[in-house]
Amino acid sequence: MNNPLLTRFVNKRQKKDLPEFRPGDTIRVHVKIREGDKERLQAYEGTVIARKNTGMGETITVRKISFGQGVERIFPLHAPVIDHIDVVRTGRVRRSKLYYLRGLRGKAARLRERE
Amino acid sequence: MSPGILGKKIGMTQVFRPDGKVVPVTLLKAGPCVVVQRKTPPQDGYEAVQLGLLEFVKPRRITRPVAGHVKKAGVEGAKFLRELPLGPGDGDLKAGDRVLVEQFKPSDKVDVIGVSKGRGFAGLIKRHHYRGGEASHGSMFHRAPGSIGASSYPSRVFPGLRMAGHMGVARVTVRNLEVIDVDVEENVLVVKGAVPGPNGAYVVVRRARR
Repeated sequence: MNNPLLTRFVNKRQKKDLPEFRPGDTIRVHVKIREGDKERLQAYEGTVIARKNTGMGETITVRKISFGQGVERIFPLHAPVIDHIDVVRTGRVRRSKLYYLRGLRGKAARLRERE
Repeated sequence: MSPGILGKKIGMTQVFRPDGKVVPVTLLKAGPCVVVQRKTPPQDGYEAVQLGLLEFVKPRRITRPVAGHVKKAGVEGAKFLRELPLGPGDGDLKAGDRVLVEQFKPSDKVDVIGVSKGRGFAGLIKRHHYRGGEASHGSMFHRAPGSIGASSYPSRVFPGLRMAGHMGVARVTVRNLEVIDVDVEENVLVVKGAVPGPNGAYVVVRRARR
């Protein structure tokens, strides 16, 4: 993305109010859901295991264990369906993609808190 | 109103529609343009406008014939000139008139004409979407053309048979692209979908015919 016009175009459309978070952090994503003509927010809480792409196509993969079953959801960060994101807990990790968490469960899948 | 505008491809990205759907878009630096010459039936035998794209060009990058021709309309710094036919609904434009992106608005349909990226001497799979053979399992037929016709009759290859050869660097028109956004201040036209050519290539944007 070298052209200044393209950078400016993207900067204008990206979400500005997103908190700072990294892979390993636990976040709560509030997603807008339409039911008929009513709109409500649904929260999805889990660990960020990957953050991919740049520009308008940036996505995060959020993993959680739901009733003993691992669930992963990929959110386009700048999509209008995402109302806001809260950081619940930080986590200290040593790589940017935490796919190894998929093979771990329970105590082994814990992450240490970041200072 | 001009039948079109000249521009330069900036690059691609994506935007979200209000309903949340993602749209792939190409950004075009469109204009500012100037009418360099107005062609009329008595003089030239047909109706058309010749537009010039105003941009920063080093003077020595413009050939003297072009510089002289452009100067007649009182313009400087235009090297990319293209002619667009003028239809009945297009109204009148005089030499020296400005053509800006303002005349396009979101949900308009446009055709974009450009020169496609060069692919060099390309094989059949890339050039004509032939399927080729198996890559493994002992296959010795990978990307070759296969049979190009029967033998003793007709004893020749029929003209027009698709074969390997030069691909790209051709004029390509992409029709009916939707205008997603217009930035009047920056002279940026945002169009849905892909546009021929590399980033930085010159393109002609014209109102879609149908």
